[in-house]
Amino acid sequence: MSMQNINFTLNGQAVSADIEPHRNLVELLQRFDLFGARESCGQGLCGCCTVLVDDKAVSGCLYFATWVDGKSVTTVESLDANGALSIVQQAFIDCGAFQCGFCTPGFVLMVHQLLKEHPNPSDDDIVHYLSGNLCRCAAYPEIIEAVKVAARR
Amino acid sequence: MKQVGRDIPRLEVRAKVTGRAEYVHNLRLPGMLYGKIARSTVPHGRIRSIDTRAAKAVAGVHRVVTGEDIRKLIAEPYYGPAFHDQPILALDKVHHVGEPVAAVLASDPHVAERAAQLIEVEYEELPAVYDEVAAMQPDIVVHDMLKPAGTFADLKHLKGRKGTNVALDYHLRRGDVDTAMARASRVVEHTFKTQQCLHLPFEPFVSVAEPGDGTLTIHTSSQTPSFVRTEIARLFGWPENRVRVKVPYLGGGFGAKVYVKLEALVAALAMLARRPVKVALTMEEQFYMITKHPTTFRIKSGVDPDGKVVARACEVFWNGGAYADIGPRVTQKSGFTAPGPYDIDNISIDSYSLYTNRTPAGALRGFGIPQLVWAYESHTDLIARELGIDPVEFRRKNILREGRPQASGTAMQDAAIAEVLDAIAARMGWSAPFDRGSGTVRRGRGVAIGFKASISPTTSVAIVNVSADGSTTLYTSTVDMGQGSDTAFAQMVAEVLDLDSEDVRIVHPDTDVTPYDMGTLGSRSLFHMGNAVRLAAEDARTKLRALAAEAGLPEGTNYPPAEIFKKRYGMQAGNVIGTASFVPTYKSPDAQTGLSDNVTPFWMIGGAGVEVEVDIETGHVGVTKLVNAADCGKPINPGVARTQLSGAAIMQLGFTLSEDMKLDGGQVTNASLADYKIPGIRDIPPMENVLVEAEQHSGPFGAKGLGESGTFGVSPAIANAIHDAVGVRITSLPITAEAVLRALRAQAGQPLEDE
Repeated sequence: MSMQNINFTLNGQAVSADIEPHRNLVELLQRFDLFGARESCGQGLCGCCTVLVDDKAVSGCLYFATWVDGKSVTTVESLDANGALSIVQQAFIDCGAFQCGFCTPGFVLMVHQLLKEHPNPSDDDIVHYLSGNLCRCAAYPEIIEAVKVAARR
Repeated sequence: MKQVGRDIPRLEVRAKVTGRAEYVHNLRLPGMLYGKIARSTVPHGRIRSIDTRAAKAVAGVHRVVTGEDIRKLIAEPYYGPAFHDQPILALDKVHHVGEPVAAVLASDPHVAERAAQLIEVEYEELPAVYDEVAAMQPDIVVHDMLKPAGTFADLKHLKGRKGTNVALDYHLRRGDVDTAMARASRVVEHTFKTQQCLHLPFEPFVSVAEPGDGTLTIHTSSQTPSFVRTEIARLFGWPENRVRVKVPYLGGGFGAKVYVKLEALVAALAMLARRPVKVALTMEEQFYMITKHPTTFRIKSGVDPDGKVVARACEVFWNGGAYADIGPRVTQKSGFTAPGPYDIDNISIDSYSLYTNRTPAGALRGFGIPQLVWAYESHTDLIARELGIDPVEFRRKNILREGRPQASGTAMQDAAIAEVLDAIAARMGWSAPFDRGSGTVRRGRGVAIGFKASISPTTSVAIVNVSADGSTTLYTSTVDMGQGSDTAFAQMVAEVLDLDSEDVRIVHPDTDVTPYDMGTLGSRSLFHMGNAVRLAAEDARTKLRALAAEAGLPEGTNYPPAEIFKKRYGMQAGNVIGTASFVPTYKSPDAQTGLSDNVTPFWMIGGAGVEVEVDIETGHVGVTKLVNAADCGKPINPGVARTQLSGAAIMQLGFTLSEDMKLDGGQVTNASLADYKIPGIRDIPPMENVLVEAEQHSGPFGAKGLGESGTFGVSPAIANAIHDAVGVRITSLPITAEAVLRALRAQAGQPLEDE
């Protein structure tokens, strides 16, 4: 299948890739050895593949790789770029807001978006933003607590 | 205690929040091929032909493999923990929709997937059986011949049979049920059913096999690396040391990833292709791998005028689906707890493991216990109502007290049943007045308690390595799938060797390196492997003291290990290796009576209290309060323990209110997260999670397993609360709004029409 050349910003770095038009964003990121966005349900329902494109959360499993051409992509791997965890990541640790950790990067990125748009989120804001992220270990009570802790910090 | 009992974060937290934790999902090897599976479209049929020509013609396809190709590599390509009944790819017959029939290998998974869809299989369709009670009759027989495995000591008695779907039947007789029922002032009988549901770990099943020079390395998302090694070696006729099984973190397991799942397939494909092969299932494909047993439970009790249960008869039918997996052990191990945690002199239990033409069923967070508790705690509540006794009081009157023999004849020891019940009643404010609602919204509350035996016979081995600088590494084959075993074991090692828990490094399962463990299942690791870890650390401590003596250091002084090594070897050199194995005692149930006075090394106790609001116009049930309590022994890490309890209860909430695999002609019609509803963040009721601390004297530092206990009471507590609110009894899971509305309308004499 024919390749398409795309140029985009990946975690602050200008990069390019040749990729077939049927590949999704998760597959594109794997070519850059980034595995934090994970395809799980394949239907954009679980949020494990959450990635920020131009600062908007998208489901990487439903987002064609070629669509990031000319855009800026942010993955979970960028959040501790300077060696320090983000406030959200630290709050997840302090509240024990995960068990197996497979869905965690998606939740962390979604909470980043939530707090950017609602620095003091209400309970309704929290469940509204996070209703597209599922956690089979069901760490939901701890995740809600982590959002509140992160907001306070 | 400095380390044990501390609320430390899990050791791997940083790797998990940064997305860098290692999962098999991430693994790619040079030259690796991807395998995609072509699956049966019929529930039961003989394979007439498999046409692979179109698939082979797809550009980029490396190879197409059928069951017959595998038979050339492995003469008897059947696997399974209880029965060797499951072929790597279907041979001669298919037994359920979704059964793997052929596999396509390609460098690009999309190519393999497209080609797999082009494989044409012709079947001679056979009649199928889906219901566990119907499967008791030999009208439709799923397997022509049953083939027991004989691998595990407790399943050695399974005999090859013909002309039946009963894989295992377990019978227990205690006292004289018939006479006691005849003399009872009241006899109450009910039937309860549970649905088929499944684990759905968010990292779907994934395995990679890597052929070497007469060796095979399998990287797999498995809860049982040691078993995988044994079983793969058996299939190839190799010694175990030619098979290496490596397991990093798991993206969830919940009992799905036990024994052999994709490992035999990737091993065979890699041996045929002579290249590394990865098979990763999609979420949809998980619906055809392993599920939780649907059950039918007929339960009958005789009660005396004081409200004491004097006799109980239990008939449990376990729908094991097309392959036995570990269903026979579920049938027996859970079977003997079927009468519930009650002190009853006269008991009969008949528990049947059945083959049907559904996706196979195995262990799911509770090993059959949630299905049993659903029945006996609904039944118990109904008896209390019939007698007009408060349900908590009725339970207090009948529960097994410390030291009393359970149905099997094994005494209850370190089993905080009364304490768990009391904790729930206290948190529910059970004796306080309760607002029952009004108008169209009625309120009710209910409780339920359950218990479980641990697995035995079983073996765990641990190695503690103290390096020359004093840093310490633990080697076990326990799999950390989110339950926090790495952290708990580090705390135990640190406690014994006087270290900081955070400084203990854990080597993840790698069967070339880490010693044998039966498996990470059934809440066994903290107790069984925990005991081995503690003993191994103590062995290391003893050896360090001996080394200090060799080095001429005075006795009774606590020298840091680094100093001991330096003094003994003249430089930073040497190791001290502590090892231990833990094997609890066990007595097999008598073949005739089903009795044994030593069926379990410890008991797990869990329960729930629930408040609900029921909308009588729609049948909608809202859980407004959920109290979970469990006997956790002395918790090693209370914070992690509490999240285990909470997570298990929320998972069970899904199995209670929404999760249900729908079948139509053997086809699963809702095989996706869009149509199969699991709990999300909007579905979490106000919760309280109570750790009832009661020392487990045989456990490491007084601890016991906890991963499943939170599931026990949730379903019946909700049904009991609904009954309390609106007077209707739901006897089948899941409890949907439709089920409640149907019951309400039937109660009002205006039944809804059937679908």
